[in-house]
Amino acid sequence: MHPWVGAGPEDRRQILSELGLQSIDELFASIPSGVCVDGLDLPPARDEDWIRRTLGNMAATNISMDSIPCFLGAGVYRHVQPSVVDAVLSRAEFFTSYTPYQPEISQGTLQVIFEFQTLISRLTGLDVANASLYDGATALVEAALFSHRVLRSKRDLVVMAETIHPMYRRVLDTYTEAAGIEVAVVPPGADGRLDPERVREAAGDRACCVAIQSPNFLGIVEDLPQLATATHDCGALAIEVVTEAASLGILNGGGSFGFDVVCGEAQSFGVAPGFGGPHLGFFACSSKHLRQMPGRLAGETVDENGTRAFCLTLSTREQHIRRAKATSNICTNQGLMALAATVWLEAIGGNGLRELAASCLARTEELKRRITAIGAPWRLAYPQSPTFNEFLLVGPGSGTELVERLATKGVLAGVPTTDWGGTWPDGVLVAVTECNSGKDLDAFAAALEQLS
Amino acid sequence: MKRRAIRSEPLFFERNSRRVRRQGYLLPVLDVPEVTPSEVLPPELIRKPDPHFPDISEMEVVQHFHRLSQLNYAVDEGLYPLGSCTMKYNPRINEEIARLPGFASLHPLQPQSQIQGALRLIWELEESLKAITGMPGATLQPAAGAHGELTGILMIRKALEARGEKREIVLVPDSAHGTNPATATFAGYRAQEIPSADDGTVDLGALDRMMDDTVAALMLTVPNTLGIFEHQILEIADLVHSRGGFIYMDGANLNSFVGRALPGLMGADAMHINLHKTFSTPHGGGGPGAGPVTVSEALLPHLPVPKVQRDDNGFELLWKDPASIGQMRGFYGNFLILVRALTYIWSLGAEGLRSMSDVAVLYANLVRHRLNGAYHLKFDAPSLHEVVFDDSIQTRHEVHNVDIAKRLLDYGFHPPTMSFPLIVHGALMIEPAESVAPDEIEAFCDAMLAIAEEAESDPGLVRSAPHDTPVGRVDEVRAARNLKVTWTPDDEG
Repeated sequence: MHPWVGAGPEDRRQILSELGLQSIDELFASIPSGVCVDGLDLPPARDEDWIRRTLGNMAATNISMDSIPCFLGAGVYRHVQPSVVDAVLSRAEFFTSYTPYQPEISQGTLQVIFEFQTLISRLTGLDVANASLYDGATALVEAALFSHRVLRSKRDLVVMAETIHPMYRRVLDTYTEAAGIEVAVVPPGADGRLDPERVREAAGDRACCVAIQSPNFLGIVEDLPQLATATHDCGALAIEVVTEAASLGILNGGGSFGFDVVCGEAQSFGVAPGFGGPHLGFFACSSKHLRQMPGRLAGETVDENGTRAFCLTLSTREQHIRRAKATSNICTNQGLMALAATVWLEAIGGNGLRELAASCLARTEELKRRITAIGAPWRLAYPQSPTFNEFLLVGPGSGTELVERLATKGVLAGVPTTDWGGTWPDGVLVAVTECNSGKDLDAFAAALEQLS
Repeated sequence: MKRRAIRSEPLFFERNSRRVRRQGYLLPVLDVPEVTPSEVLPPELIRKPDPHFPDISEMEVVQHFHRLSQLNYAVDEGLYPLGSCTMKYNPRINEEIARLPGFASLHPLQPQSQIQGALRLIWELEESLKAITGMPGATLQPAAGAHGELTGILMIRKALEARGEKREIVLVPDSAHGTNPATATFAGYRAQEIPSADDGTVDLGALDRMMDDTVAALMLTVPNTLGIFEHQILEIADLVHSRGGFIYMDGANLNSFVGRALPGLMGADAMHINLHKTFSTPHGGGGPGAGPVTVSEALLPHLPVPKVQRDDNGFELLWKDPASIGQMRGFYGNFLILVRALTYIWSLGAEGLRSMSDVAVLYANLVRHRLNGAYHLKFDAPSLHEVVFDDSIQTRHEVHNVDIAKRLLDYGFHPPTMSFPLIVHGALMIEPAESVAPDEIEAFCDAMLAIAEEAESDPGLVRSAPHDTPVGRVDEVRAARNLKVTWTPDDEG
């Protein structure tokens, strides 16, 4: 007997007797004997105390980001975590419920999705947003395939900035290869920013979309208005990818400049780094393209008494209705993470989000100043380019070596660019958030000086 | 859940009607010099304050979500017998372990020496899933079942390419989940439907006619969405393999035979496993899930990167592998979901997992036994973990499956899956799962029998249900006609 199996041996005997059976084996008689086994090659059951100790020890062999001054980013960021977020997520009414297909008993989840869609819409500057996608990388994939559908596949070239997170581009390659879509990559200029002229050259008249990231992989803020214009001049859809959603506290989303899609990763909004998942993909677009949007949507309506109510809507785009002709095969999404982001954003507030972003900005500028003051052999790869909360640091040796040496000084300095390829220097991407205190910055600067 | 709403909960954007600044959270003190954004960022890119994004106090936030939560039904409240979805208990120890700082506050790009425990966890879960399926390889990367399907089909595509073949078609039974044909399209194939035979399983004759050298794979749910085991599974697999195709197994229903049968023995080449079904990770109101894929020898070389490898020095990530399909998503999967699944598997152990399947099947058969007659059973082949009735007895009184479902809400139960699989008109697909006590199953059956009785004696009562939920029957048609998917300031009137 196990506590998670509801029927004990006596219950089972009674039910079998009601069914007129001798043994539970009879219920499995339809399975051909050639595929059957008698039990599994797995260890025996473990009690909760054993589990807590064993998995606790396994967790303890990892170095948590909270235990040491930490400047890792590159698509996953450490931000403040109000205790109310996990308190809400831990409510069984939210975490043990299913997709809200029965609106009469799911108004909680549905209203949360509606609020999430509205928050993402306001932050991205676009009319509509969906209920979530798996993560930032697959959101980019969906955006590229969406563009291909919107332009009715007449254009089969996807243009990508090289400064989109390299992992996102790898994931895109996996999908576009199967879909028979060609991908062209545009490298950044000497200042780490994308040159609109090079975008025009790459897109020509064949591109269904041009995707750029801002702040880009190097932390640099792109010239969104110029890039939107260049893309639209070529007749393609403009896609902005955001991997650091906290930047939207101080920077306008691409929708404000005419971008057709703004998508990416919203892990920064209250979702734990969690060794890479579950995170929170988001997708916003203009209402004229709504019917090509992938993923679930909650809409407002009324109940039979005329009271405001919410329900899932436009499901004719989705796999359970449209099957082979669906806009995406996505079914399960990241619902609980969308709840986390909604609670987080509502707790932080509109002005609070702006202050949080300003805090990231101030701390980043301060660390850049300190590094510049230390001077050789340390330098900023793109000292003149505007950044939000991340920048590329170059020093003696490869980025991987630098990170390892700085770790010996008690600082998790960032993410090395060493193994990602790219036309930029081999260095360390350093991310600074509102969680990095002045003391963390002191520790970083001291570690650099010791290695100078 | 409150049976009736005391009042509806305003939207966040409708709160704080005074439009004054309140404080929901205190940020860390700014202990570095302040920076004027326009001095370091291009001024035209800087956001202006949004008067429609309010700041509210912490208790307002808590009340808002507390009240919203009370409008939801949940597994912890009562039976949630959604067929194919496997709504089982979500053990609390899973939640505790997934929140340990060594897992939750771990960055995926930390140096490998700092993440050995996490890599070990991935490795252990892969090993467990290999043992449970009898298949030699696994990837934990896919974020959900449908994502696992795509991963599997792309591996099959890669294996065919390696053989110098390009096939165009993926066969999908008419009883399949919608994700199967959608996945086939997404992977660049044409989905072609195979009809079911009279007993609800795959029509072997039809398969024989359709299976030729243009077919890349057969996607097969085992047991199928009727809860019926494909008793000719070995013949099906032989037929597909002998003509150069692959078997993609949809593992949505793996929870019905853990410890009793192995997909590896059934001829599966790839199979996704919904951790949020069989292995108790929470559904979270729609996600996150996780859809690991186990593979046969033939597909081993094509598993996605990065892969976790073990050697004498510990665990490491392999990022490059020329035969791999590449990467399917960022990083390594929905890791904290993987943590919960391993906690579940280790807690139950070999015997416990088998008894999980045993009781799931026992309960489904109890429901079948008690409701048969009151509700019509189109396919009478033996049921495993779920049973599909239809509403053909009730439609005589103009009561449809949707009415039965809504009336169940008044009895305090979540309804079964409705109108699926598509081969059963007016379907009511019931999957009790193993974790509740038998009393709960019996109470559900009593409610279903009472509704069958009401459908005859007072059909209007059933047709006008629900009567006791926070909102009345919701107008879904209107939602699609007058689309409104965000709040806008115009709504303030």
